[in-house]
Amino acid sequence: MQNFLAPIQHARGISLIAAAATLFLTVFLTGCDKPASTPGAATGPIKVGEFASMTGSEATFGQSSHEGTLLAVDHLNAAGGVLGRKMELLMEDDQSQAGQPATVVRKLIARDGVVAVLGEVASSRSLEAAPICQQSQIPMISPSSTNPKVTAVGDYIFRVCFIDPFQGTVMANFARHTLHLKKVAVLTDVKSDYSLGLAKFFKEGFIADGGAIVAEQNYSSGDKDFSAELTALKAVNPDGIFVPGYYTEVGLIALQAKQLGLNVPLLGGDGWESSSLIPIGGAALEGDYFSTHYSPEDTSPAVQDFVKAFRAKYNKIPDAMAALGYDSAMILADAMKRAGTTDGAKVRDALAAVKGFSGVTGKITMDADRNASKPAVILVIRDGQFKYVETVSP
Amino acid sequence: MNIRHAKTFLLGALALGFLVSVVASHFNSYWLFITYDIAINIILAVSLNLINGYTGQFSLGHAGFMAVGAYTAAAITNQFGDLNPFAAGAVFSGALLAGGALAAGAGLLVGIPTLRLRGDYLAIVTLGFGEIIRVIFQNMQGVGGARGLSVAHGWTDFFWAFGAAAAAVYVVATLVHSTYGRGFLAVRDDEVAASAMGINPVRYKVTAFVVGAFFAGVAGGLYAHSKQFITPGGFNFMQSVSIVVMVILGGMGNTVGVILAAVLLTLLPEFLRPIAEYRMILYSLLLVVLMLARPQGLFTFRKQGDAK
Amino acid sequence: MTELLQQLINGLALGSILALIALGYTMVYGILRFINFAHGDLFMLGAFAGFYISPAVAAVLPGPSLGSGLVVLGLAMLICAVLGVVIERVAYRPLRRRPKLSVLITAIGISLFLENTGQLVFGATPKKFPEIIPVYPVLKFGGLSITSSQLIVLGVTLLLLIALRHIVLKTRMGMAMRALAFNPEAAALMGINTDWIVSFTFGLGSALAAAAGILFAIVYPSIDPLMGIMPGLKAFVAAVLGGIGNLPGAALGGILIGVTETLVAGYLSSTYRDAIAFGILILILLVKPSGLLGKKEIEKV
Repeated sequence: MQNFLAPIQHARGISLIAAAATLFLTVFLTGCDKPASTPGAATGPIKVGEFASMTGSEATFGQSSHEGTLLAVDHLNAAGGVLGRKMELLMEDDQSQAGQPATVVRKLIARDGVVAVLGEVASSRSLEAAPICQQSQIPMISPSSTNPKVTAVGDYIFRVCFIDPFQGTVMANFARHTLHLKKVAVLTDVKSDYSLGLAKFFKEGFIADGGAIVAEQNYSSGDKDFSAELTALKAVNPDGIFVPGYYTEVGLIALQAKQLGLNVPLLGGDGWESSSLIPIGGAALEGDYFSTHYSPEDTSPAVQDFVKAFRAKYNKIPDAMAALGYDSAMILADAMKRAGTTDGAKVRDALAAVKGFSGVTGKITMDADRNASKPAVILVIRDGQFKYVETVSP
Repeated sequence: MNIRHAKTFLLGALALGFLVSVVASHFNSYWLFITYDIAINIILAVSLNLINGYTGQFSLGHAGFMAVGAYTAAAITNQFGDLNPFAAGAVFSGALLAGGALAAGAGLLVGIPTLRLRGDYLAIVTLGFGEIIRVIFQNMQGVGGARGLSVAHGWTDFFWAFGAAAAAVYVVATLVHSTYGRGFLAVRDDEVAASAMGINPVRYKVTAFVVGAFFAGVAGGLYAHSKQFITPGGFNFMQSVSIVVMVILGGMGNTVGVILAAVLLTLLPEFLRPIAEYRMILYSLLLVVLMLARPQGLFTFRKQGDAK
Repeated sequence: MTELLQQLINGLALGSILALIALGYTMVYGILRFINFAHGDLFMLGAFAGFYISPAVAAVLPGPSLGSGLVVLGLAMLICAVLGVVIERVAYRPLRRRPKLSVLITAIGISLFLENTGQLVFGATPKKFPEIIPVYPVLKFGGLSITSSQLIVLGVTLLLLIALRHIVLKTRMGMAMRALAFNPEAAALMGINTDWIVSFTFGLGSALAAAAGILFAIVYPSIDPLMGIMPGLKAFVAAVLGGIGNLPGAALGGILIGVTETLVAGYLSSTYRDAIAFGILILILLVKPSGLLGKKEIEKV
């Protein structure tokens, strides 16, 4: 083996330059790479890009969101497509990894030639991709990123979910005026942008309304033991605890709170909404409240049809992420129909003009900041089920 | 590679980099940014190679140094609005160097306590340091904390990326091939014998960490200005592991091999996108198979012990 | 005062699970001188094994009862013991003569493989771990609360520790393990089948990890494929803290880490919770690298 390679070893410098040359050749060759189809072309399927975390630490949310989006595309195509053309969903996995959204969104736009982008669940990953979409003048709709900064990137960026200021204030008002809570503790997930944002606005709203935040504790997504934090909260005797986290931890938090004798209501946001919440939290969740987009008791045909179709395809009940994923695709299709074209600027205008769109997550109107203005629904957990309490309009 | 080859590479890369960046707007932006990723990974791999491969200090916290560089550079450039190209160049180079310097400081902080540790322990401690750095940034509200930091200027381009890569390769290659540099290998091979020969292992270990960390910081700065958004979670253990895989694949202590591995491992995931679900599974299997079948790396043809 | 006592109880419960995982780490290290990075993932697999077995067991032995719980525990331990032996055979044994770094990297690879395959096969969404032992009402006295699961975990950990001690000190297998830990070459010369002992050690360590996984899932009934990462790392720190290779040390280390982490999270700041274990690790390695109960190892040239 050694003898065979001796000549190569002599020419190592050359082999190095050869490697460099190959690299630059790749760049030059791919520089001539045209996107698979020119965006805005009038025939062939409409290519829509989606980026989501299908693997990695946040796979459970990305997969859910994707399932909803895919269902929407299926429904649209079954009904004849959009503008007479089929919609093709090109999904890329960003692996829950920072640095990946920029790469995959560039691929979707520059290489695959998509006319619009759907994504992402996590605000940090949406923030990474948004400038690219804005610069390329490709409309982007985020299903569930709640950081206000996302849509502030530019006029091509939209979202179909609440933003933190709205949802945080909804729960703050509910806690003060409906539940008459005076001293509330806050338990935030410091690893989650969503949780931090929601906590911030809840606190501001609650204090502005005359309430007091008696204690604050933190945890990280993925933690299972919250006894330390809950014990510290118990020591200050709160009337209630605001837990703006995800269902993945809330179930255990409720369980451990009750075990420690902390028998006060827990309050939360739409991150709670999942069919996995009650199995884990069980009876400990009774009497806890959270805000979300729709009530499973909602008898409107749109919601019921969606839930039925989702169960038929995936054999599980859709959670908030899935419903929002569904709406993001539906709203895009609606905008394209109204614009009569897939041209970026016209679709953007059509999206900005959305008024009273009946999504499965509520009646959506795009406000001036391209955020979805829609009522929130407050649910309570009773008898092991989500039950409707009230609706709060913006 | 020896010093003469390294010099050629450096000058060639700088010239080519300048030329390409001038015509860069004609290229497909997806591939163009991939090449920036390649350059950044080359810097990371080569700098880690100095610590792991040449000096035998198994470090699993390299992403932490990258984070320090990224946040420092971004914090500096975010202070400025739009600038003309010359001013931008000056500010950018200053920011990158500052990022590298602070990362080097972090390297000093990590290198000194770990001096007495070997193998497994060293690995876990460096992992710990990497995680501690991540947690610190997660709690630093001034740079966004867990919500992340937007980087206003996307100043990374072909010239900067490949220029920095070439500089990193040049410095590491020159360092290791000098007479002074033989000390690194001596420390790797047998620390006790080396100190008996009059080589101060402390100095070499610390130098390796500081220089390696410096370039990781520069790479971090380039990364921040390419992606234009950074979060502490992006500099986690998994990121460190991917850099380690590049060094192992290329062959510890083999600069050319490590460069080729960095290129390969940046391009491969792009071609594997259709099966992205299985990417991490394949990656981990690759690691195991590599260790079992070809521990010297894919691109090493020499016996261990020779400097390259 | 009540708060402090409650936090101590919390810390003790958490710490006993860490201690169980740490025992497996320290055993393997003592005999083989290498950190099995994949240990935390065997902990995870133990929990999932329990999840998938328990419906089958419930069909034969109805209802959550101590008996059915023990059966699930035993079966999960067996499955992971076999898995551990297989992994050792396939991935670690061929590298026995190679530098330690190769094995460490292979271990990292196996760990990542198990985690990602787990995500693919089990799904990323957390699952509810079924009740395999009856849940008795929470014991409350003077403002303090202890759940029956926490007591059971403490009890089982103690029992396993005693059992392990018995195996290591009083059986022939144990004597062989100790001989191997002391001097591998001499042990081989004495006629001890090194491969057998190594396999047995791995199997035993993996069984302990599985037990820890089941106990963890009983106390925190939400399992997911990535659940083993942090407990695994913290248990490793616990093993080092107590003195790597030292069994009582690992148990002590586990309890100490559990209590410290809980106290810091409750009283200082829970944001730095993850960093605490690493901070302790760095501290102990700087101050007393051989650990609290360990002996100084002299490097022979």
